[in-house]
Amino acid sequence: MRLLAGLAHEECRQRLADRGILLQTGPFIVEVRSDLDGFTGLLQQFYGQFPMVEPPAIADFHVQLLSPPGIRRWWRPQVRFLLDGQSPFQPFQLSHAFPLFEWGLNWSIAMQAQQYLMLHSAAVERAGKVLLLPAWPGCGKSTLCAALVSRGWRLFSDEFGLVRADDGQLVPMPRPIPLKNKSIDVIRDFSPDMEFGPEFHGTRKGTVAHLRTPDASAAQLHIPAPPGWLVFPRYRAGASLRLKPIDKPQAFLKLVNNSFNYQLLGLQGFQTVTRLVRNCECSILSYSDLDEAVDTLTQLADA
Amino acid sequence: MALRKPELMLDFGPDEWDLLLRIARRNRLLGRLAVVMTEAGKASQLPTKVQDHFLAAQVFVTHYQRTARWEINRILAALGGIDVPLVLLKGSAYIFAGLPPSRGRLLSDVDVLVPRGVLDDVEQKLLAHGWESVKLEEYDQRYYRTWMHELPPLRHPERLIEVDLHHTISPLTSRLSPDPEKLISDSIPLADTRLRVLQPVDMVLHSAVHLFHDGEFINGLRDLVDLTDLLQHFGQQAHFWEELVSRARLQGLLRPLFYTLRYTSRYLAADIPDSAMVAAGDDAPSGPVLYLMDHLIGAVIVPEHPDYPRQSRAVAHWLLYVRSHWLRMPPGMLLQHLLRKRIMSWRQRKASARSLA
Repeated sequence: MRLLAGLAHEECRQRLADRGILLQTGPFIVEVRSDLDGFTGLLQQFYGQFPMVEPPAIADFHVQLLSPPGIRRWWRPQVRFLLDGQSPFQPFQLSHAFPLFEWGLNWSIAMQAQQYLMLHSAAVERAGKVLLLPAWPGCGKSTLCAALVSRGWRLFSDEFGLVRADDGQLVPMPRPIPLKNKSIDVIRDFSPDMEFGPEFHGTRKGTVAHLRTPDASAAQLHIPAPPGWLVFPRYRAGASLRLKPIDKPQAFLKLVNNSFNYQLLGLQGFQTVTRLVRNCECSILSYSDLDEAVDTLTQLADA
Repeated sequence: MALRKPELMLDFGPDEWDLLLRIARRNRLLGRLAVVMTEAGKASQLPTKVQDHFLAAQVFVTHYQRTARWEINRILAALGGIDVPLVLLKGSAYIFAGLPPSRGRLLSDVDVLVPRGVLDDVEQKLLAHGWESVKLEEYDQRYYRTWMHELPPLRHPERLIEVDLHHTISPLTSRLSPDPEKLISDSIPLADTRLRVLQPVDMVLHSAVHLFHDGEFINGLRDLVDLTDLLQHFGQQAHFWEELVSRARLQGLLRPLFYTLRYTSRYLAADIPDSAMVAAGDDAPSGPVLYLMDHLIGAVIVPEHPDYPRQSRAVAHWLLYVRSHWLRMPPGMLLQHLLRKRIMSWRQRKASARSLA
């Protein structure tokens, strides 16, 4: 299978404008089409190491990034995100096309991929098992996820824990990791050789920049793994490091309060989460120092 | 076509599946497609990706059907004291009565018909038990209460599914005025006798009125599939067709029946006896009107490619929308209503733009 990076820039631009490019991102095939000149370069930068699928193929998502019709094409130009020919959001300013693509794709997955239990969680793998870092306010999961990935953990996702109902395994969906505001500098300091894309200022979340998926993670996007640890991160400036075990019912409740589709799945969701929590060591990690946090989690995995 | 002959789908290549899944999802028929393949015993032979999409669709179907059942459970609990025949309509009826259109069906609201005399009591009881009225603009409230066949939708804040209380099946100002009392008195009780559904011929006629006179062609194809299912299912009963026609005549609903028989047979190969077609033709529209309707219905029923929307379809939708309002209110009122709605939506857009800025 050919990687996106293997396509010459001009050919990539033409295909995007014409019949689109089918990208394998984890378990999903995404058909991407765009008439925006600037988008090609960023797509190749961030998805270059991902395989392209040759048509004919069944795409899971049909995504377009297009200029709007009329005056907003030139005057204070905007960009629209379309899923399956329909625009679910207001347009963004043109310079934010790439963040819009990322958020739009996340939204589309959350709306549609109900064949999985979708946890709102970062997921990284080491020693054959997955560490889940569920999102909750103030947790800093993306920063911690980026730090772990820079130290050799395999990236499954910074946003979605995709759990299969039949065997409880997590399915990888490595993508660019978006970091916001201060986190950008934190990770730049932590790991200078990680590749960042451009900074996008003035988005709804402030300044956003994306970390390129490590090549090794992208190369293994088709390899699932069972869950091993459920750690709720809690970043507090000046806090001392503490990894405190919590009981499973508590972990269960915290987990489902922050899932994309637990309620939608009903009984099956309950059973999948139960099995997951039973198979994991569950704890809360309080930290302020990223190095210490990464070391602790790495020791946990290597034990 | 895929719905009629599931075996054909086994030969589909990836590009055909790609398009079919998108179109089915857009037309709210993906769940139905999944069920049809499972019933035909073919589901496991399909490509894995297709099975995944079917699984995802079934999650929604199960969820929405469960939500509707629970909502009706809560309604019954709230109405504990009142002895009222609750006639379920549309999706809720199909589910509770286990009828073919319930297979793979998504429902976004619960429709119930009650006698006009107890409507206020029922509404008060529900409001007292936590339901809230969804349409809060004063104009909308007046519009519903004065002219429509249903109250402004109610919704319980903990559950977010809409409950539509109907007191008849066609707006009060409409040219069609079927007698709701007959509908209720001839309704059939379900296993739980507090719940009832319309008798078969009335169920078909209600669905016909809803599709061809309420103007909501967004789910046009799905609604036509429902009608086809009902006709095929009930059509096996003795005397069904004669009763259908005579009931339509009695209730003044021969025109929507005419359209139903015409378009279910044209687009979904429904098996309609000639006698019924001819009889319904007694209230066929004039030549030019029929010509127009054929084109408009064709434009909205036949699914379009999601990436290449047809301008003609958008125009047809709009014309049918205006038509439905034309049918349900006198011209002067129609103009006023459309203008008012325009102004209201313009105001809403300004307000939301301001709040985003």
